[in-house]
Amino acid sequence: MKIPSSIWTLLIGIVLTLVSLWYGQNHGLLPTAATDEAVLVDGLFNAMMIVSTGIFLLVEGILIYSAFKYRRRAGDNEDGPPVEGNVPLEILWTAIPAIIVIGISVYSFDVYNEIGGFDPHAIHEAPMNQESMAMPGSAMAATLSDTPPGTEPNLNQEKSDEAMEDPATAEVRNADQIPQLRNAPGVGSVAPTIGGTPDKAGKPAELQVNVTGLQYAWIFTYPETGITTGEMHVPIGREVQINMTANDVIHAFWVPEFRLKQDAIPGRQSEIRFTPKTAGDYTLICAELCGPYHGAMRAPIVVEPEEAFDKWVQEQLVASKETLNQAVAVNPANLSPNEFLAPYIKDMGIKPEILHQVHH
Amino acid sequence: MTQAQVQETANAPALDDEPGIRKWQDYFSFNTDHKVIGIQYLVTTFIFYCIGGVMADLVRTELRTPEVDFVTPEVYNSLFTLHATIMIFLWIVPAGAGFANFLIPLMIGAKDMAFPRLNAVAFWMIPPAGLLLIASLVVGDAPDAGWTSYPPLSLVTGQVGEGIWIMSVLLLGTSSILGAINFLVTLLKMRIPGMGVHQMPLFCWAMFATSALTLVSTPVLAAGLILLAFDLIAGTTFFNPTGGGDPVVYQHMFWFYSHPAVYIMILPFFGAISEIIPVHSRKPIFGYKAIAYSSLAISFLGLIVWAHHMFTSGIPGWLRMFFMITTMIIAVPTGIKIFSWLGTMWGGKIQLNSAMLFAMGFVGTFVIGGISGVMLAAVPFDIHVHDTYFVVAHLHYVLFGGSVLGIYAAIYHWFPKITGRMVNEFWGKVHFALTIVGLNMTFLPMHKLGLMGMNRRIAQYDPKFTFLNEICTYGAYILAVSTFPFIINAIWSWLYGEKAGNNPWRALTLEWMTTSPPAIENFDRTPVLATGPYDYGLEKADEGVPLSDPNPILSGGPNSVLRAEPDPAVAANPEDRK
Repeated sequence: MKIPSSIWTLLIGIVLTLVSLWYGQNHGLLPTAATDEAVLVDGLFNAMMIVSTGIFLLVEGILIYSAFKYRRRAGDNEDGPPVEGNVPLEILWTAIPAIIVIGISVYSFDVYNEIGGFDPHAIHEAPMNQESMAMPGSAMAATLSDTPPGTEPNLNQEKSDEAMEDPATAEVRNADQIPQLRNAPGVGSVAPTIGGTPDKAGKPAELQVNVTGLQYAWIFTYPETGITTGEMHVPIGREVQINMTANDVIHAFWVPEFRLKQDAIPGRQSEIRFTPKTAGDYTLICAELCGPYHGAMRAPIVVEPEEAFDKWVQEQLVASKETLNQAVAVNPANLSPNEFLAPYIKDMGIKPEILHQVHH
Repeated sequence: MTQAQVQETANAPALDDEPGIRKWQDYFSFNTDHKVIGIQYLVTTFIFYCIGGVMADLVRTELRTPEVDFVTPEVYNSLFTLHATIMIFLWIVPAGAGFANFLIPLMIGAKDMAFPRLNAVAFWMIPPAGLLLIASLVVGDAPDAGWTSYPPLSLVTGQVGEGIWIMSVLLLGTSSILGAINFLVTLLKMRIPGMGVHQMPLFCWAMFATSALTLVSTPVLAAGLILLAFDLIAGTTFFNPTGGGDPVVYQHMFWFYSHPAVYIMILPFFGAISEIIPVHSRKPIFGYKAIAYSSLAISFLGLIVWAHHMFTSGIPGWLRMFFMITTMIIAVPTGIKIFSWLGTMWGGKIQLNSAMLFAMGFVGTFVIGGISGVMLAAVPFDIHVHDTYFVVAHLHYVLFGGSVLGIYAAIYHWFPKITGRMVNEFWGKVHFALTIVGLNMTFLPMHKLGLMGMNRRIAQYDPKFTFLNEICTYGAYILAVSTFPFIINAIWSWLYGEKAGNNPWRALTLEWMTTSPPAIENFDRTPVLATGPYDYGLEKADEGVPLSDPNPILSGGPNSVLRAEPDPAVAANPEDRK
């Protein structure tokens, strides 16, 4: 019995679909998903892999099939059938890709929204605010004194200025170059990036980390505790906001396992929020060409349970306290550590329990 | 009588004794013959391709091991910067212009381009620009800020090298603007009477779309580069944040050209493939109008997708969605083309010669680049893989698997017309096999590298990526080796190959209706359209073509109810030729 071609088409279609569905979810091409956002992005990637595998197999299949089935036999100088078009077929193969890309767009839109792309807070900050047009130097004064309602003070600049003054960080901050280039007038115009997820939008993130990129290192400052360090620790399950800027050229913050990337641009402050999910040691990579040693610009990122994170914070504080004591010894003002820390406690809203732990 | 015979009978060339013979010196002179200029373009750009290829292999050699051990990081950055600049501005873009120069006047039955001297000027900007760029390596201060040359990095690296780079790219941009003007006017004004736009070969449509795109987008790049030059040399701060400038503005200006540039690099070869596949499949192109209009659609949409290169560099959230959608939509006209080519092959009588193999290789590898392009359009995913080897893989599948295979297909297809001799098919197939293996070995593993976390433009990388990088490097060596059979074959066949005759492929487009190589002014009388450009497989009786009639009313395919009325005003050719 001759099997009708429509059945062959159906069978091939089923096999193609099954293979695509299987490969799209078992490609093993992505590293660990270490944040809640990464899981969503992976879902999108898998969906695109399913569709892509199907299209790839279809096109290559037709191509190879044609090459064998329709190749010219020796001595055959006839032309093929003069088929010039087929309107229903052309409409079909215009409509199917159109529907596919609309589907992917809608899915991407949804994921983008879920990871905080549409945080209204971020959009609100989007336009360049006045500071960016002000004269160099006056920018900070304006931010600190009469901040117009609705404009966030430039946290990054404030904190890094504090860090610059702070003898506690003298050791880490490597003379007077870091954490921030001070004559960058544009600092404070927020490049809106990935904000809070819809349920957290508009609220401050649970943990803030300021990140400064410079050739060829990353500096992390924890504004709530004043820690300045070369490696970033974040606790599982707490939403983290990264405020970043760059000192010299454009850098980009990328942790492959987080599926997040954002350029750190001199003269701008940009931010990303995410919620770490899987404990592990990861690497922060600079993804934007920043000079000859671009490839070496990496920093360790540790995602750890809450307790381990608190322990790390304490260790850092103790370490800086020791530095502080040494600094205080040569300080004519002769402040006690408690007196020295007082303004930080007031301004930054350090949690009382952390302070309590510090006092031990 | 087949359509090919009809067409050839209607247009039998009279010039038979050593047509189109030229002195070798012509190729080194300010010659205004479009065919000489076309060959000048093709040979010059191929030489730059080889130089850029050597640089690519040096880059890959460095990347064979995770450590920096072959060249210094500074030299490494210069190498990939020059590799990219040469391949884009000195190879693919001008190679497309080379084919267009050679083919457009022949395809539309004109004696030359509309502005022959402008044409020569456009070509003669390329060698100095290229030499300038390569000279920067010799003076020891080569540009090393990437081919994108983003400030502030480009402002703090070597000033001389960066200045040379800007100057060179400005010259090349000017050259392509002049070329584009010439192609547009030629296509609009110099078609033979009776050739409406729907009788134009698809390569002409593709070049029309490409030229329009070049004309709109290239000046913006020039503006961006001039401002960058001011920042670099005069100390202004258009893009320098320490003086209040905004580096992101440069990115907008740069990508306003450089995204369309990828269509400037691929559209001509979409056109060439649309010529090659029907001839070697012996079937009419499937969906002529769909392919023609999809070129225009790509050209238009290509202008409004640039910010998808900037999804991670601080543009508002809603804007990302706009550019995501426009980028995704480009997949639709591109898909139409791919399915139409498959439809053309389906049921045909495919002659698997080198030209057709490269054309099929083009379709097969370009589709991979196209698919990953749709993936990259999806913002959340692009945020992960932007500036990684996934992007490197994507762009090489499009530009190598697409444009370069397209160039090779076009060379094999039109070689008999250009030189009058056939290429050696055996070595053409060896070339094809090596190219396909090398191409996939080099660029396929890069997808995984990028997804796993290898960023681009780095000389040292995480040792866990060593194995895949070794595969890529050996693939790149195979690609280097693959050009040798081609170079030797092309030179040998040009000198000693079998004589081709005027129309070895029995094609229908007008360039095959003159001698091979074509005579100085192409046709000894204005050609007539006896058939449509792709009317393969239509049998036609002899009485359909009253060839003796000076104003023949032609019948046959769907495009051929034409009245050819010689109109000296329209068909006029430039008299000021050398």
